[in-house]
Amino acid sequence: MRAYTPKDDVQKKSYYTDRYYVAPQVPKFDVETDDVFAADLKAIKAKFKVSEAYIQVEQMVVYINPKNIHAVMTLLKDELEYNQLSECSAIDFIAARGGFEVFYQMLSMNKRKRLRIKFFIKQDEAIQSVSDVYRSADWAEREMYDMYGVIVKGHPFMKRILMPDDWEGHPLLKTYPLHGDEFAQWYEVDKIYGKEARSVIGPEIRDAARVDRYDTERFARLGHEVDFGAKFDENQAETPIKYQEDEGVFMIKKLDSSESVTITDRDR
Amino acid sequence: MQQPNRLRPFFENITFDRDDNELVLNFGPQHPSAHGQLRLMLHLQQEQIVKSHPDIGYLHRGMEKMAENMIYNEFLPTTDRMDYIAASSNNYGFALAVEKLINVEVPRRAKVIRMLLLETNRLMSHLFWLATTALDIGAMTVFLYAFREREYLMDLVEDYCGARLTHSAVRIGGVPLDLPDNFLTDLRKFLDKLPENIKDYEDLLDQNRIWKMRMENVGTISKEMALDWGCSGPMLRASGVNWDIRKEEPYELYDEVDFDVPFSDKGDNYARYKLYMEEMRQSARILYQVIDMYAGTSPELMAHAPKFISPSKIEMMTQNYSLQQHFVLVTQGMRPPVGEVYVPTESPKGELGFYINSQGGPYPYKLKMRAPSFWHTGILTDLLPGHYIPDVVSIIGTTNIVFGEIDR
Repeated sequence: MRAYTPKDDVQKKSYYTDRYYVAPQVPKFDVETDDVFAADLKAIKAKFKVSEAYIQVEQMVVYINPKNIHAVMTLLKDELEYNQLSECSAIDFIAARGGFEVFYQMLSMNKRKRLRIKFFIKQDEAIQSVSDVYRSADWAEREMYDMYGVIVKGHPFMKRILMPDDWEGHPLLKTYPLHGDEFAQWYEVDKIYGKEARSVIGPEIRDAARVDRYDTERFARLGHEVDFGAKFDENQAETPIKYQEDEGVFMIKKLDSSESVTITDRDR
Repeated sequence: MQQPNRLRPFFENITFDRDDNELVLNFGPQHPSAHGQLRLMLHLQQEQIVKSHPDIGYLHRGMEKMAENMIYNEFLPTTDRMDYIAASSNNYGFALAVEKLINVEVPRRAKVIRMLLLETNRLMSHLFWLATTALDIGAMTVFLYAFREREYLMDLVEDYCGARLTHSAVRIGGVPLDLPDNFLTDLRKFLDKLPENIKDYEDLLDQNRIWKMRMENVGTISKEMALDWGCSGPMLRASGVNWDIRKEEPYELYDEVDFDVPFSDKGDNYARYKLYMEEMRQSARILYQVIDMYAGTSPELMAHAPKFISPSKIEMMTQNYSLQQHFVLVTQGMRPPVGEVYVPTESPKGELGFYINSQGGPYPYKLKMRAPSFWHTGILTDLLPGHYIPDVVSIIGTTNIVFGEIDR
């Protein structure tokens, strides 16, 4: 019987983990230890519900309600001087908690501080676009949709960004295998020749970069070229072609290859 | 008789009539001055662009997916393939992020060598930028000159790590090798001549009528627009924001060296060009100071952190426990603590950030690479409208985008 593998996370797993191993935590510090962050958090808390806030590796992390994201971003930009949205993406926690954690990485140049706004959404929950607050969210949200399938409401141009428009599936989900699902593996064949060609082409020559040395009409391995149209069968020995001019090598007048010696003793 | 298939339908059945006379032009993805696989869908009124849609993804290799299936050390060489013009900067950004996560301090000699690599890479990247942009505009001579100097730097890096483009010259916790014997002398020789070389380029370009016409008041980015689009590096500094991560949030030894951050408030192509030239001079200035730092350092190259970083070769070969530890670290990989970290560094192109979310396993649970070029391509949506077709080439040139890190 085949061993059971979980389907909700098909990413690589460590082959061995000590069963008594408890992973340590990156230390979290109280927000009050930093005056600037404490003031920022107070301003956010005055208007919105904050479920958790701490400082980790010199940056403040604030967990908010996903419904408030647009208003929080507006507050950060207009009042708290966070003038850049450096990055925004999601993290797949579907297997463990049934949804995504979305983070917004903020930078304030005046305060020289970096802040991370985070929230948790269920898998089918949509989020509000912030691309009208920070223009850079435009592409970041498109990438988030492309990679995770997180639906963003109110985005001006919601299309896939890295994958082709007609792609199926979202590659960064933990359920998506590293080498692609069936759709991904047959994408080119399906698109160019149609699905019915799958059985004709077969999985072994699906790879366009594959080199077949018996294929005389396209490419053979370097040094093992065969004549155009020559018939070859699979059992034939390899025939490396030596590059040599017909008249022998230019400028070498008298060389008898039968008399030439291959030196084996390197100290000779 | 035309043989139709799915890729070549009957074009007789498609009508191209439009109500207006707007033309849709596909620029790329195979275009010599698109700096890689950039496709721009440009809507034109005569020769003027009214709408632009950058289309990326033609070089997408799924590095973030690969990272989730690799141990940390295994992933490091993949970062070479992001900004392949300055590979060590990517290696460094990733290594620094992991070091922050596992809280490891790197020995001083390793820091000095990393500084040398980072600034050499910055020079290589800027020289490459100058060469290709000048070539796009039509200045062939500058291309040849700048590549000559870049070749010298590549030879230097080759002396150090054996590779010319994909260096992998930084390790998590330090550097793998000490400098070869004549590295610093050779570097100093190069730096002594660099000001003359930069002056040569400037003599060819600064007052060049064609260069100025193609560069001045073209591709002007306002301060608000640059901030809004998440621009960083020279793109941001040319628009009047004096923000350099090396200066503002110093990492490595940048707080010990003396250098200036050039910036301009013009925001056009020409301002960016002048900035790149000045940054090269500043890089040389940093390098001179770092060369002098090397002499006083003790010879350790890798941090001592037995839980995360392999021991030195000599320990491994003499002590049984070190060998076991190395074996575990190579086969299973290090297991950083549970937590997350975002570490920005100033790569030659701008803010290169690595966000790592670790759940305590040997593979990153999530790794997000914040590549500067991604946002510098996004800005083309708003920047190109109003410009003319020839300006597209010079604007793409000065944004200094590289597709390895846009598509990742």
